[in-house]
Amino acid sequence: MKKSYIIYAVMALVLSFSPFFLNPYWVDVLNNIGLYAVLALSLNFILGHAGMFHMGHAAFFAVGAYVTAILNTMYHVPIIWLMPLSGIVAAVFAAIVARPIIHLRGDYLLIVTIGIVEIVRIALVNNIFGVTGGSNGIFGIGRPEIFGLVIRRPHQFFYYIWIFLAVTVFLFRMLEDSRFGRALNYIKEDELAAEGSGIDTVHYKLIAFVLGAFWAGMVGNIYASKMMIISPESFTFWESVLYFSIVILGGSGSIPGVILGAFLIVGLPEVFREFSSARMLIFGAAMVIMMIFRPSGILPPLPRTYKLDRVRKGGSQA
Amino acid sequence: MSLLSVSNLTKSFGGLMAVNDVSFGLEQGTVMGLIGPNGAGKTTVFNLITGNYRPDAGEIMFDEQSLVAQSPHRIVSIGVARTFQTIRLFPNMEVIENVLAGCHCRMHSGIFAAMFRLPGQRREEQASLRIALQELEFVGLTDQATNKAKNLSYGNQRLLEIARALASQPKLIILDEPAGGMNAQETADLVRLIKEIRARGITVLLIEHDMSLVMRICEQIIVLEHGALIVQGSPEEVQKNPRVIEAYLGVDED
Ligand SMILES: Nc1ncnc2c1ncn2[C@@H]1O[C@H](COP(=O)(O)OP(=O)(O)O)[C@@H](O)[C@H]1O
Ligand SMILES: [Mg+2]
Repeated sequence: MKKSYIIYAVMALVLSFSPFFLNPYWVDVLNNIGLYAVLALSLNFILGHAGMFHMGHAAFFAVGAYVTAILNTMYHVPIIWLMPLSGIVAAVFAAIVARPIIHLRGDYLLIVTIGIVEIVRIALVNNIFGVTGGSNGIFGIGRPEIFGLVIRRPHQFFYYIWIFLAVTVFLFRMLEDSRFGRALNYIKEDELAAEGSGIDTVHYKLIAFVLGAFWAGMVGNIYASKMMIISPESFTFWESVLYFSIVILGGSGSIPGVILGAFLIVGLPEVFREFSSARMLIFGAAMVIMMIFRPSGILPPLPRTYKLDRVRKGGSQA
Repeated sequence: MSLLSVSNLTKSFGGLMAVNDVSFGLEQGTVMGLIGPNGAGKTTVFNLITGNYRPDAGEIMFDEQSLVAQSPHRIVSIGVARTFQTIRLFPNMEVIENVLAGCHCRMHSGIFAAMFRLPGQRREEQASLRIALQELEFVGLTDQATNKAKNLSYGNQRLLEIARALASQPKLIILDEPAGGMNAQETADLVRLIKEIRARGITVLLIEHDMSLVMRICEQIIVLEHGALIVQGSPEEVQKNPRVIEAYLGVDED
């Protein structure tokens, strides 16, 4: 337990100095890993904790990115202000689309959520409401500005993204270790038993979607301002598959697992660039082998710990 | 005024009348047994009360509220907790977390309070943990608190389900074949436990095949056959009833 904290601390320290000894290309790879890690962490509540096979997470990411792009380019609203707004719009969108499909299970949910991400992409291509710019997308998106500092270089984005990731990890860690986190786990384990024990399963599944979408929407905001140009091709079904694989490979329901998954799935293909065409084959084979030998992921979640002794002592005093 | 009153309850599956015009009342503080041959519709009655099925007709009143068309989780928070005939725990979670599931409906902290560990949330977690531990102690599983539910023996899994149900602080607890799969010693302990549950002022409704258990602890018994209620009365009355003897007690396997 203690040892793993030391390992995490050392890795965080190395990572926080990495922009000083990496060239901009590799810093940008780390930035992408960070973005995918947050996206996968936001999916982790839905897929990892509640066990819902949600393959449409890229739709929420897209909504956030487009809200930022549209409002910034058309009305010049500062990027930073748009971050919470992008999250909120994505969350509202999730609440609306998830409500009718929330009772679906397993493969049924998988197929419907694939449908959602495709519908969103096609709507964007068809220039829905005349504001998405069709298949060309939207360009000229501004940069985030914090306390007068404009974030534009890779190493600046590195700190911007990884601090966002650190805050996310902190908040999600708290959330996992609560009534909410447990409720999602009960649903994953046995939905009928959860409902029969007094858990409002529909409510919690919806909240998982809304929360996941809120975070994905905020990442959309960061992504839009990082790329300055977005188009429907960045929000395909394949994106959702990547987040899904990160969670499953790293360890469903495990924050360190998901982050490791992001390093492997986003980072490794960069390392093995020279094998370009074979790398997807290797990647696929690795996934299959993993699923056979470590079906709960590389770093499965540790059980929650409860300070039972302290409660017992408190109980005898009272 | 009964705590639970069921009137003209009817439920069919396709052409099969699983529950046919069943009416009974359950007084606060009693232990009632529901008996009958396999397939008589006992579990279906439980599933109707707990909101898992919707009745085709009839009314279920609990504590002056209708339970019909309420969702199962709502019914738990109204004060009716249950166990399942086929054990349904959260197998990969710790025993203590299984019991905390029962506490859930009495807690209020939302996700914001959890993310920022607000003082109210921390107090509530502590209080719930205390309740969960008390219920574990009540059923005698304290030493298993951090074990995974799936590693428990069959009898202990049944006890854990009872602890989870009790943690929701019910007024009525519904037990579906609680002695199923238990040995003689475990059954004897269960009888004591049910008496203690009753002593806490919790009303008990149970389905059981072990007739000696039913006769020992139930004050009221109702008998179902082919979905219909054929007899209601005290254990003595029921044992003497010719229809019961024919339908259930006396007749061996044909
Ligand atoms: N969900 C269901 N769908 C179809 N038939 C069911 C369902 N639940 C129970 N039944 C049928 O209703 C009858 C009563 O079942 P049940 O209530 O489980 O009996 P008991 O608990 O008394 O053994 C049985 O014939 C059973 O097959
Ligand atoms: Mg039954």
